[in-house]
Amino acid sequence: MAKAFGEIIIDIDKCKGCELCIDSCPQNTLALAPKINQKGYHYAIKVQDNCTGCLNCALVCPEGIINVYRKIVK
Amino acid sequence: MTNPISINEVPVNPEIIQDEYLIYKKPSTLTDKPFHYCPGCGHSTVHKLLMELVEEIGIQSDIIGVAPVGCSVFAYDYMDIDMQEAAHGRALAVATGVRRMLPDKYVFTYQGDGDLAAIGTAETIHAANRGENILCIFINNGVYGMTSGQMAPTTLAGMVSTTSPFGRDVKTQGYPLKIGELLSLLPGVAYVTRQSVHTPTNVRKTKKALKQALEYQKQGLGFCMVEVVSNCPSNWKMTPLESLKFVEEKMIPFYPLGDLKVPGGK
Repeated sequence: MAKAFGEIIIDIDKCKGCELCIDSCPQNTLALAPKINQKGYHYAIKVQDNCTGCLNCALVCPEGIINVYRKIVK
Repeated sequence: MTNPISINEVPVNPEIIQDEYLIYKKPSTLTDKPFHYCPGCGHSTVHKLLMELVEEIGIQSDIIGVAPVGCSVFAYDYMDIDMQEAAHGRALAVATGVRRMLPDKYVFTYQGDGDLAAIGTAETIHAANRGENILCIFINNGVYGMTSGQMAPTTLAGMVSTTSPFGRDVKTQGYPLKIGELLSLLPGVAYVTRQSVHTPTNVRKTKKALKQALEYQKQGLGFCMVEVVSNCPSNWKMTPLESLKFVEEKMIPFYPLGDLKVPGGK
């Protein structure tokens, strides 16, 4: 069975910490960082290495700051 | 973009971070300017969807937008296309002028509920009744966002806003206005649909609806409206996640999603 490996890159300086990506992630890959960014928001980070590249976070992210990569291994 | 290693708690796999595997990035038709919208606002999601479509269809130099007055007044700062600002509520009147002068371009207006449903009701209804070949994007969040949450015509019955602190009383303040249903009765209107952006599925559906509306505009079928039921966390005094729950539980039962009118249909 083909397996999808995903990877995301978040532009944390533009993150406003709305948590929509965290809520939409079916794998619980994301969480809010304990640190804050230059805007003063807790930003979203990847905390688990189980991303499948499903795109949910990127679709709901209002700022459009999540780049998603997906590699499918057969 | 920041160094990818520093932004994740778990290390990234450099094998996957390659251009050939890139499946999503911010569309190039959006400028680099960060959105001024509050965290979790639906406006930025719709801006993003529209600009993704402009990039995909390749119409960056063939589309003209009309920005409203309201939270999205600075839409022209973010969308890297030709834009025109209109007086409060008059976006469709300005768009009519643009459409008459440039009949072969795509024309859209981007309006909120205070702009389209209250101050610009006359312009909206008459532009729709004339069957102007314009796409109207209507963001319905039930309050006047920019001026800090006063009651709009679309505010739900019983919903608290700064000018209805005990909840909207329909006996004195009237019933919430369903602009989508109202416009779908007019013969000049080709396509009316109501969508939302509160879940990934709905975001995909909204993008499809916007694409369909642009397609109808290309065919010259007439007035198209895509209404997006959105959230306003700041003025509803909620966190972004609570506001999405409110959209799901309160807004969508009153403003049901789906196509209200399709060309050749009902």
